[in-house]
Amino acid sequence: MALSHEFQALTKSFSGFGVDEKSMISVLGKWHKDDIKSYRKESPHFVQDDRLFEKWVDHHVDFLKHEFLRLKNAVVLWTMHPWERDARLMKEAIDGPQAYGVIIEVACTRSSEELLGARRAYHSLFDHSIEEDIAYRVNDSHRKLLVGLVSSYRYEGTKVHEEIVKSEAKILCAAIKNADRKNPIEDEEVVRIVTTRSKPHLKAIFQHFKGINENLDGESTFDKTMQCLCTPQTYFSKVLDASLRHGADENTKVALTRVIVTRADEEDMKEIKEEYHKQHGVSLSKKIDDEVNGNFKDFLLTLIARGE
Amino acid sequence: MATLLAPEDFSPGEDAMALNKAFKGWGTDEKAIIWILGHRNADQRKQIRLAYQQIYLEDLIKKLKSELSGDFKRAVCHWILDPVEREAVLAYEAIIKNYRTDYRVILETAFTKSAEELLTVKRSYQFLYKSSLEEDVASHTAGDMRKFLVAVVSVYRYEGEEIKEGVAHSEANILGDEIQGGRGGGGGGALKGAEEIIRILSTRSRPQLLATFNYYKQIHGISITKSLDGNPADEFSEALRAAIQCIKNPKRYLQKVVRNSINRVGTGEDALSRVIVTHAEKDLKEMKDVYLQKNGRSLDDAVASETAGNYKAFLLTLLGNQDYF
Repeated sequence: MALSHEFQALTKSFSGFGVDEKSMISVLGKWHKDDIKSYRKESPHFVQDDRLFEKWVDHHVDFLKHEFLRLKNAVVLWTMHPWERDARLMKEAIDGPQAYGVIIEVACTRSSEELLGARRAYHSLFDHSIEEDIAYRVNDSHRKLLVGLVSSYRYEGTKVHEEIVKSEAKILCAAIKNADRKNPIEDEEVVRIVTTRSKPHLKAIFQHFKGINENLDGESTFDKTMQCLCTPQTYFSKVLDASLRHGADENTKVALTRVIVTRADEEDMKEIKEEYHKQHGVSLSKKIDDEVNGNFKDFLLTLIARGE
Repeated sequence: MATLLAPEDFSPGEDAMALNKAFKGWGTDEKAIIWILGHRNADQRKQIRLAYQQIYLEDLIKKLKSELSGDFKRAVCHWILDPVEREAVLAYEAIIKNYRTDYRVILETAFTKSAEELLTVKRSYQFLYKSSLEEDVASHTAGDMRKFLVAVVSVYRYEGEEIKEGVAHSEANILGDEIQGGRGGGGGGALKGAEEIIRILSTRSRPQLLATFNYYKQIHGISITKSLDGNPADEFSEALRAAIQCIKNPKRYLQKVVRNSINRVGTGEDALSRVIVTHAEKDLKEMKDVYLQKNGRSLDDAVASETAGNYKAFLLTLLGNQDYF
């Protein structure tokens, strides 16, 4: 006879973030046909069909599909060559509902050579250049910025010209102040600066903003771009937090796998964890432990713990 | 094919010493410099620079810059460089030197190379100038010209042969709308909007673009370059035309650049030595053939009659001539 706490356990095991395989197996493994039937009658995942049987609610099956696939997706992404990984992430972002965030994330947080590698991989995987696909698919004000970001091959040395930093910081400031009337990403000078200048140069510009209390921590495309370029650990920590909140949609949740898998071996994982702790008062590992289930959770935690 | 004539056997040390001898005393023995450097390929020149540095503890390029002058100096100092470095230097000079960026040089840099070659030039540029080619082009140009030039040097084009006919057809229409629609009837007016032209020219692969240009002619009854023909003072349209011509047939385009330079049309001397110096080891021979075909006289004859002195001797040497001293 199935017990009500077993019903709860089973429902919980496939309602959260990732599936709790152990729980599922231990409950379902014992149940007889009648137990399962009782479960169907009581569970919110099933409805009474007018043909007198309890059927799965379709969107729960879809939900389950996503949750079961999380580990597979994480493992496949993890074992992929970083170039193929980034190329596929960007392709998905281009083809899917306009998820510019991912394009900005990949284009801005990778080194010049890594981004170049991704562009090469894109050629061989999809028979197009990423520039042409983005330019073709994006028809709105985001086009120039996105094509520019994805085509950038930034100087990676540390040399920075202070006078130019100052004058360009002024230009960006003016654009930000004018943001109500004109989106900064439609300003030619903003696009020029943000898509061609080196990261040290942009970080120096960013310092000027902090001086005038502009934190650029909003949700606008311009803010996201500057965050990715200048303070990636802050950006990643925000994205991770959003993915772990209750009620997050699929696009937001999928970021958990993406960020952890793509940054796990990079130097910034440590900084991301520190920033997360600073911003949210709890360690990333603990949060994941609380919110995520099963083998998927274990995989993520192992990835985060590397290098400790 | 190259026009450069370089011997198989050579001694970098002997060459370095001979060059040093040429610098000594009153004046410079330019003929010796032409004779040696004008007959050495990139690898050999690199070894000579190294040998010169080792023996005389001096940079050969610095020495050349101080001993030579004028067009001759510029040509030799570009020639001595390794080809990738040279392209970076030419691009830098085109951006920084005059008050106006010489867009033709940037277009040559972008369109006469494979995607990988363009990358090596950009890396060399970063190494030499501690900034990226893209940021320097961007900060020295404005408006549509900027968008266009930055886009064409940033792109990493797909290099396969695949083309999509449907896309070529629709983009031929889009180009037609932007070029002809924006002019308010008749030619000669500046383009009103250039977003799509820039997008297409700066992202599509070369085979795809060629297919598009073909469709353009079929649909509009006039080649795309003719549609862009108009006011030569409209620099941006001129740049688009130049880019399209270069995409269609780089050798024919470069031959035209050389011809204009010889006839003092448009920008001056620079282009002649630039094209000869950058192509002497690559495909100058084919370009000479096109030049002869289009102009009724050989490039060698044209150079011989329009230039003078050491500059002329040097160019003719690179063109493969031995007997004019």
